Amino acid sequence: MRKEFQEYRRNRFIIYTMGTLPLIFTALPVITLFSISNTAPPSVVRTQVAITLLLLLVIPVVLPATIAAYSVIGERDQGTLEPLLTTPISREEFLLGKSLAATIPTVGVAYVFFIVLVVAIRLGASSVVAHAVWQPSWFLAELLFAPLLAAWSVWVGTAISARSSDVRVAQQLGTLASLPALVLPLLMSLQVFKPTATVAVVIAVALAVIDVGAWRIVSKMFDRERLITGASAVTMRAEVGT
Amino acid sequence: MVTAVAVAGAIGALAGVKKTAGEILFVVVVGFYLALAYSLGGTKKQVLATERGLESVDEPALESGIAKVRVPRAILGAQSPRDIAEAIVSHTGKFADATEDAVTSDSVIVVKHLTKQFGQRVAFEDVTFTVRRGEVFGFLGPNGAGKTSMVRTLSTLVAPTSGTAEVASLALASKHDVEIREHIAVMTEVPGLYLRLSVTENLAFFAGLYGYRDAQSRIDRALEAVNLTSRASDLCGSLSKGLRQRVGLARALLNDPKIIFLDEPTAGLDPVASLEVHNLIIALRDKGVTVFLTTHRLDEAEKLCDRVAILNTTLRTVGRIDDLRQKMFEKSILVSTAAPLANPEGLFSSMESVASWSMDDTGGYVLTVSDVRAAAPVITRALVADGADVLSLAEGHHSLEEVYLELVGAAGRAGEK
Repeated sequence: MRKEFQEYRRNRFIIYTMGTLPLIFTALPVITLFSISNTAPPSVVRTQVAITLLLLLVIPVVLPATIAAYSVIGERDQGTLEPLLTTPISREEFLLGKSLAATIPTVGVAYVFFIVLVVAIRLGASSVVAHAVWQPSWFLAELLFAPLLAAWSVWVGTAISARSSDVRVAQQLGTLASLPALVLPLLMSLQVFKPTATVAVVIAVALAVIDVGAWRIVSKMFDRERLITGASAVTMRAEVGT
Repeated sequence: MVTAVAVAGAIGALAGVKKTAGEILFVVVVGFYLALAYSLGGTKKQVLATERGLESVDEPALESGIAKVRVPRAILGAQSPRDIAEAIVSHTGKFADATEDAVTSDSVIVVKHLTKQFGQRVAFEDVTFTVRRGEVFGFLGPNGAGKTSMVRTLSTLVAPTSGTAEVASLALASKHDVEIREHIAVMTEVPGLYLRLSVTENLAFFAGLYGYRDAQSRIDRALEAVNLTSRASDLCGSLSKGLRQRVGLARALLNDPKIIFLDEPTAGLDPVASLEVHNLIIALRDKGVTVFLTTHRLDEAEKLCDRVAILNTTLRTVGRIDDLRQKMFEKSILVSTAAPLANPEGLFSSMESVASWSMDDTGGYVLTVSDVRAAAPVITRALVADGADVLSLAEGHHSLEEVYLELVGAAGRAGEK
């Protein structure tokens, strides 16, 4: 994992895009939040707050997906995968290292944006907006959903990375495939469920179950032979009938 | 027959000292398998059963030309007769080619009938060879011959389709993968470095994967071994290809491997950089590390390798380069004279030590002989007596390239299996 962070540090564009992308994503809704006056109808305030906080959750979905999608195929492209796989590292260690390297910084970015936003709202936005945002359910949702959504994106991205032959395809597919996980928070944001702390916990548990399932599937999909040659040993044996 | 008499004698001796029925049965089993080995064609290798198990002994060919097993009475009590009998069974198949490729206690890689297929494409097929501890073993073959696939198979990256293998005395099986990888190192043709990281950072990362507590001292030793200490802080991306190759070698040294697989280590390097890699390989051998070297460069193999295997999907041959030359080419003496001989046919045909003769492209004479040392003085005297002005007389030398081309050249050019 330290190696991954060293590489991020040396390749500043990764860090810049990590910061810039969420900024662009959230700029407009945040400006809108600040333009809401105390006389605005409560429904408008609730909707705008929900949309803004949902967009904040896009950060831990999209950012790790692109990083994870590069994780395996990137190693293969630069010729480091084979030396890496001939060390005694187990597949679980390999996958865990890769996933944490993608999860930790992006969750960190998501938390920083959230904290900056809620503090700024407290200090500068109208009191109705501040009251709508400073609810335990939203704080709990951000705290729980960000790492769980990031984990989902990482597993999806890693799985696609392990099976792809092109970095660009892997990153695009990874981003697309990670988006469905937003459905649960979306339902909460659209107030299909009332945004309470209990609902946040239930959704978090559901996401955690999905994450564990995804981890198991990705772990089973991790086949050194396929990673190196693009073909599975199991498939090969079946084809030659041995 | 000699063996049968020896075994009968051994039975008698054992019976005379009241050994157990199991021990007598063991001797009978030994005799049976020796007879089987004899019927399979025999060997010039002596197989010696000792406390360490069966060993192949480098001794001059026995007069009888068959395998002989000496079974010291002491080991009968030290090892189970059944174990020894099973060991002999497992070795019997090797008797026929024991002179070239016997499994010995020094074998660190044992490959038996190994096959790897990718779909319908055969990477290599029914390959059998052994690699001994501390030797540089050359694995030669044209592009697509299966060399890299073999390295990947033996380094646990890909699973064989059929056959068995042992690497570092561990059976090649998924349950041993991690343990095997602890004892080996692989340097691929492309060194595979993180170009944005420094040399030290690259090595620290890989040392971390092995979980070493003394990572820094290992890194220092590895850098010193490849003479890169002064470039330790440089980014790998700023290094030349030769230097990157040396970093790759340093990485391969981190775990003090028993076996190091080098896949085309000098591909694309200039002569000076190649020489540095050669010196490193020699240094590794001197340290007792087994080097499995795949290469296209026959001069490199000839310079570095104790033994070579030539692969073109199937194994064409394996052995010491000198032995391969002798096996494949008749011994010859090259004679060069100032002027053509008046009657070479009459002269050479009259010599008993000369089996045949021909002229080469330069106007010299190539004489086929059975014993160079015995024939050379006879030929010299005969030439002088005939009035020939002899410019030179030398033993014919066949390069590894000739051996290689003889074995795979035509097939390689035609792209055949």
